[in-house]
Amino acid sequence: MALLSDDRRRPSAVIALARARILPNGYDLIAFALILALAVLAAHGMQAMRAPLAVLDAQPVTLDPWLLPEYALRSTLRMFAAIIASLLFTFIVATLAAKSRRAEMVIIPALDILQSVPVLGFLTFTVTFFMGLFQGNQLGAECAAIFAIFTSQAWNMAFSFYQSLRTVPRDLDEVSRSFGLSAWQRFWRLEAPFATPGLIWNTMMSMSGGWFFVVASEAITVGDTTVRLPGLGSWLSLAIEKQDFAAVGWAVLAMGIVIALYDQLLFRPIVAWADKFRFEQTASQEKPESWVYSLLTRAHALRRLLKPVAYLWGRLMLLRLSKKPLLALSKRRDNKAASTFIDYLWLAFIAAVGAWGVWSVIGYLGQTLAWADVGEAVAGGFATLLRVVVLIAIASLIWVPLGVWIGLRPALAERVQPLAQFLAAFPANVLFPFAVVAIVATGASPNVWLSPLMILGTQWYILFNVIAGASAFPTDLREAASVYRLRSWTWWRRAILPGIFPYYITGALTASGGSWNASIVAEVASWGDTKLEAFGLGSYIAKATEGGDFPRVVLGIAVMSLFVTLFNRTLWRPLYVFAERRLRLD
Amino acid sequence: MSTVITRKADTATPLVSVARVSQIYDKGAAGSLTVLENVDLDLRPGEIVGLLGRSGSGKSTLLRAIAGLVRPSKGTISFAGSPLVGPTAGIAVVFQSFALFPWLTVLQNVELGLEAQGVLPAERRKSALAAIDLIGLDGFESAYPKELSGGMRQRVGLARALVVHPRVLLMDEPFSALDVLTAETLRTDLIDLWTEGRMPIESILMVTHNIEEAVLMCDRILIFGSNPGRIIAEIRVDMPQPRNRLDPAFRTLVEDIYARMTARTGAPTRDGHFPGTGIGISLPDISTNLLAGLIEAVAAEPYRGKADLPPLAAELHLEIDDLFPVAETLQLLRFAELEGGDIKLTAPGLRFAGGDVDERKRLFAQHLAIYVPLAAHIRRVLDERPSHQAPARRFRDELEDHMSEDYADTTLKAVITWARYAEYFAYDENADLFTLENPS
Repeated sequence: MALLSDDRRRPSAVIALARARILPNGYDLIAFALILALAVLAAHGMQAMRAPLAVLDAQPVTLDPWLLPEYALRSTLRMFAAIIASLLFTFIVATLAAKSRRAEMVIIPALDILQSVPVLGFLTFTVTFFMGLFQGNQLGAECAAIFAIFTSQAWNMAFSFYQSLRTVPRDLDEVSRSFGLSAWQRFWRLEAPFATPGLIWNTMMSMSGGWFFVVASEAITVGDTTVRLPGLGSWLSLAIEKQDFAAVGWAVLAMGIVIALYDQLLFRPIVAWADKFRFEQTASQEKPESWVYSLLTRAHALRRLLKPVAYLWGRLMLLRLSKKPLLALSKRRDNKAASTFIDYLWLAFIAAVGAWGVWSVIGYLGQTLAWADVGEAVAGGFATLLRVVVLIAIASLIWVPLGVWIGLRPALAERVQPLAQFLAAFPANVLFPFAVVAIVATGASPNVWLSPLMILGTQWYILFNVIAGASAFPTDLREAASVYRLRSWTWWRRAILPGIFPYYITGALTASGGSWNASIVAEVASWGDTKLEAFGLGSYIAKATEGGDFPRVVLGIAVMSLFVTLFNRTLWRPLYVFAERRLRLD
Repeated sequence: MSTVITRKADTATPLVSVARVSQIYDKGAAGSLTVLENVDLDLRPGEIVGLLGRSGSGKSTLLRAIAGLVRPSKGTISFAGSPLVGPTAGIAVVFQSFALFPWLTVLQNVELGLEAQGVLPAERRKSALAAIDLIGLDGFESAYPKELSGGMRQRVGLARALVVHPRVLLMDEPFSALDVLTAETLRTDLIDLWTEGRMPIESILMVTHNIEEAVLMCDRILIFGSNPGRIIAEIRVDMPQPRNRLDPAFRTLVEDIYARMTARTGAPTRDGHFPGTGIGISLPDISTNLLAGLIEAVAAEPYRGKADLPPLAAELHLEIDDLFPVAETLQLLRFAELEGGDIKLTAPGLRFAGGDVDERKRLFAQHLAIYVPLAAHIRRVLDERPSHQAPARRFRDELEDHMSEDYADTTLKAVITWARYAEYFAYDENADLFTLENPS
């Protein structure tokens, strides 16, 4: 974004430095090697994506460990494509929502609902759609998989960006206006930088969730169509089908390596770079560090190579896409009455479109489904709800005390925190086969024992948020608590629990959202020919998807969206507001 | 007369001309709030003009209107003879909060205004370096704002404003976020640059609530009155620069301005300092510690019940913005009187100073009941109800008929703070409920 070189020095110093800088240094060599390697890998993967679909039949996914790096690369590229699409979506849609009041009226509620919609349910439609769009080409299936990942990432990123745009500091806004920055300059100089820290954090969260969907969306069966895109997810589904335990182990290993590399090579450098965008007037004591970032900034020759890019960027900044942003503003105030009138028209239009949508969905479902089906879906919904509530409660009972214990020991927290974040990013569905084998072997009830799978991947959000909360608990309060000899239960109730509560709520909210989504994969699991199934809304959707039963998929998605939305509004949001209002320590 | 001979004012054509400007905010059902009323002002080349007033007197709004950031509801503002329709290249602003972009270096921050004008990088850099040099920021070019001290940050703010070569420089309380020493250095540096004619500007308009700062720097001071904001006096300062704070003429002028600012000109009641009447009076949320503290300070030696405000403010290290609301709240509660730049304790005020905790609480409760209609009103409702409880929402709604939501909130908070201290009634924040019983 801001490839600005800030290397202005006095002329004499520039000459001296230039002499020293002609020859590449050691950092340059390493940095170049890294960059070239990444470029070659990306080019290779892109080419493979555009191969005809027939190639998939000729060279199906096989369980050859030598092919695993290739598969890992393809999965990673899918992730990349999805994150780029999400960023584009964020920039366009969130900006639109922040700038246009009428767009805002539609976009914000829509994003709110979309956040709660079970992403995996979408697969049914998107696969059919994209396969039709790119007939006979892998790109169709690729797009469907990428779209599935995209839908798991985009909404909260857009939300965060929108919120940042709405809370741009007033004085900086006034400076931009008094200097007459164009809308284009304002976006890149003020709004985008201000929104960067929040956006990066949300992108990281999205990515952690994203791996789960990469795995789930690569091997897709909709009705009669089955596609296995080369990737870790397909490898896994094949391993399950063939009951190959070693192959599952390989998948776990590959996934772990990929996530660790992603973190080291991409996110840590970005977080280190983005530190300067944090909006605070005093320097913070702890700066995020990344060896890759230090490497890149120390590579002088690299910076020289980037000079043209920086130059181009500087020129782009001089563009004035709109001449007089302010005149429009002052004019707008003049015809308030007309504007209100148009608002009403717009609202009426939205309401009409919404009513039409509801009507057509009901019409569509009414053709094939009866009220009994709705009853079945809702009953399944309650079963899944019960699982989510019980699991979150159990996970909290385990991880809150542990998280507090770890968080209050800085040295330990420093080591455990990356591990917890890694575990949150690790797609739990890779681990499902182990559980399934265990359940089959012991003959335990799937209704009970499949449930923990739902929270296997999402419980870590609770852990690392609690650790963060306990680490941030003010020292003076801790000292006061020990001076006044608060003991055991009093200490928990009066000191630490209120202290970590806002963090805990954030973690539990994320965990519960993820669990709903995971139910679609977790309530139905298989190992070779053995199929386990638990009664619930997740298995309802999963079965409908497999059978290509579109009306039931729509019904399932609608019911689940309703459950998640209501659950969030009645439980999590009030708790969140309460935590923000009463228990904020800073 | 001022020593700025070289840029002697051309009185015929003012640079900025403000004519009958009013700023009214529409508050929907609650009516409207007049922030500025019929303000006239001419800014001529070669002068520094100060807008001196309390917070909330609309002086910052006027500055923003001249900067083209706010459009006045009524009246016209013209710059260099033509009407102002928005921000213009000829007017630059320095902000109280510095308003620097934390992700840009000092150099990039200074270049910002030029970038907006489409100036090419090489030229931009040259001008920016010149401005940085002028303002004494050499060596800090590649630093980020968060690495700088407050004084250095405001220098960046100044350089950023000067680099676009504005004709008029607007400054919104530019030194009030700085410590005393730093602020003084910056003031002196600025005045030096100005008198030596090294800044490429023709005129400065600054907003301040610091009386001494205004007298120190300005050629002309416009005193703002509140509710609604309007110019209540214009004072010429004909002392040569550099000025000496200890000069008797300087002291006299400061005294005079204090007296003018505490005078209740045209206020119909004793409560005239606060907008509104009856239960609709908008109250400032002043802590009872501050109120008691000021009473004690005035009661003690050497004042013994009657103090001159300027030395009192200096002794307590309070700006007028901090001191006046406290003094005026004491006046509202009839613990003190403000007159001609003096504060004098009333008989109850003196009794308060000598009383113990219970005595003080009793006195405070009595005065709340008589002189703060809103407090009396809440108490009456609580007394009348059998449950002795009432939701705060109800009173907030009532207040919002008289004032904006923010003011209603502050007013209610003030009453809660005072009533809690006086044990006049209690408030439960979780339930947002007023009650008569305190937890026992």
